[in-house]
Amino acid sequence: MSQQPDVQLDGLYGDLVMDHYRNPRNRTPLNDADVEAEEFNPFCGDRATLQLSLDEKGNVRDVSAVAEGCSIIQAATSMLSGLLQGKSLDEAGELGEKFRVAMKNGAEADETDLGDLLALQVVRRYPVRIKCALLPLTALEEGIKAYRSKAH
Amino acid sequence: MTTGDRSAASAFDVNKVRGDFPILNQMVNGNPLVYLDNGATSQKPQSVIDAIVVYYTTTNSNVHRGVHTLSQQATDGYEGARAKIREFINASDDKEIIFTRNTTEGINLVAHSYGRQNIGAGDDIIVSNMEHHSNIVPWQMLCEETGANLLVVPIDDTGELMMEEYKKMLSPRTKLVSITHVSNALGTILPAKEIVKLAHAQGAPVLLDGAQAVPHMPVDMQELDCDFYVFSGHKLFGPTGIGILYGKAEYLETMPPFLGGGEMIKSVTFEKTIYADLPYKFEGGTPDIAGAVGLGAAIDYVNNLGFDQITAHEDELLRYGTDALSAISGVKIIGTAPHKAGILSFVMEKAHPHDIGTILDEQGIAVRTGHHCAQPVMQRFQIPATARASMAFYNTKEDIDALVKGIDRVLEVFS
Repeated sequence: MSQQPDVQLDGLYGDLVMDHYRNPRNRTPLNDADVEAEEFNPFCGDRATLQLSLDEKGNVRDVSAVAEGCSIIQAATSMLSGLLQGKSLDEAGELGEKFRVAMKNGAEADETDLGDLLALQVVRRYPVRIKCALLPLTALEEGIKAYRSKAH
Repeated sequence: MTTGDRSAASAFDVNKVRGDFPILNQMVNGNPLVYLDNGATSQKPQSVIDAIVVYYTTTNSNVHRGVHTLSQQATDGYEGARAKIREFINASDDKEIIFTRNTTEGINLVAHSYGRQNIGAGDDIIVSNMEHHSNIVPWQMLCEETGANLLVVPIDDTGELMMEEYKKMLSPRTKLVSITHVSNALGTILPAKEIVKLAHAQGAPVLLDGAQAVPHMPVDMQELDCDFYVFSGHKLFGPTGIGILYGKAEYLETMPPFLGGGEMIKSVTFEKTIYADLPYKFEGGTPDIAGAVGLGAAIDYVNNLGFDQITAHEDELLRYGTDALSAISGVKIIGTAPHKAGILSFVMEKAHPHDIGTILDEQGIAVRTGHHCAQPVMQRFQIPATARASMAFYNTKEDIDALVKGIDRVLEVFS
């Protein structure tokens, strides 16, 4: 790191973001995915792919999340993937909505269910980068929507 | 560097030039602005800003309509700008200069009007692998509509057009060649004259996308002999919302109008409408009069500096920047053709272009990051995106030094 750390940038590229960027979790693709979606950012070509397999109760059994692109989208995808296991699709959707609202309006300090995603609050200072952070969430939402329209 | 280069550059007082661009004199994120996003849009000299203010303050009126004094003055300003543009690109006649909104509209005009009239099933349209999306999508739309084929001339690893492949693609089926003059993503200057000559030998007209060429070098319609040439005012130090389509009169005369409405007619009855003569046939509706006046002022400004000085300064900056970036380990320049305009596209081993862009922005350095509306170029080089520093004559070696320092900071964060 530099001699005179830049507070803002060290915030954006903080330890947790960089850790998820360098060591993304849950990247192994699933062969038996029930929920599946891929989202692109048309402005930069970045991509997030999300796969979920469900158990007999309809809860998330396994998660695969793969992103190509900048540090923020990769970290956000990895962070989101770590929060979905064991959740019902409703719960996953609610968590996603909470994250979207937090990225727009700011999170309450006690929103610990957002887990590592709380570290992305710093991205709110860089409005053009918010869409990077939200891309995996859009993939989750689109995947759930497609699964439900297929199931019914 | 030769002695000649040095004297050409020293005759050009970049600090004086910078003083003409008020926007450059500001702090961004606590640092002096380093504007290296000229490929996206250029900044405007005070004379252009003043021309627009004066137009709206003293002259504003509609053109070619009223008999009153202001209308006549507005018409003089608008037509005066057309004449300046004709001279600037050495077209034969003012009527060959059509005002559009931008490069994209110029290409779409040719696709709709010339394309629909002359291109059909089984015909070929040739583009290159380094086109901006605006010189791909209108032709794809036309091909979908007509059953024509879109052929793509490949580029080599340096970003040069593969001329042998181009020659092989040309045939009596070729109905149009539409190719960029300077690549926006790579900076390559294409051998436009040769491209035109080869197409003409097969009887095919050529459209050149000059959006990235006109800010950097003189273009001469007689010398290039292209049939259409398009560019935007805002990349040429003029305002946004005004662009130019040059077309040889022999083509424009026989092409149907693009937008129907006022301004583009001689007479209208419900039985029959007679279209106006060139150039008004292609200028339906009230045009961007202030934009044309502003573009005229921008051309005055560029002419006053002169392309001898502009290209000498920019070539030196490009050499300096190329050497500086090449020396940084972990940085790779994308687009290394021997003939380039002032564009440095690059990628870094450890940092995505978005992250590069954010870290540079923190230091007041504006570059473009992404695919630059040229995704096929990114696919060709198997990269998702690049960071692009694009220069204008008001940039300095200090700007390049700031960029290098900014990249060092990226390396620190992403080491």
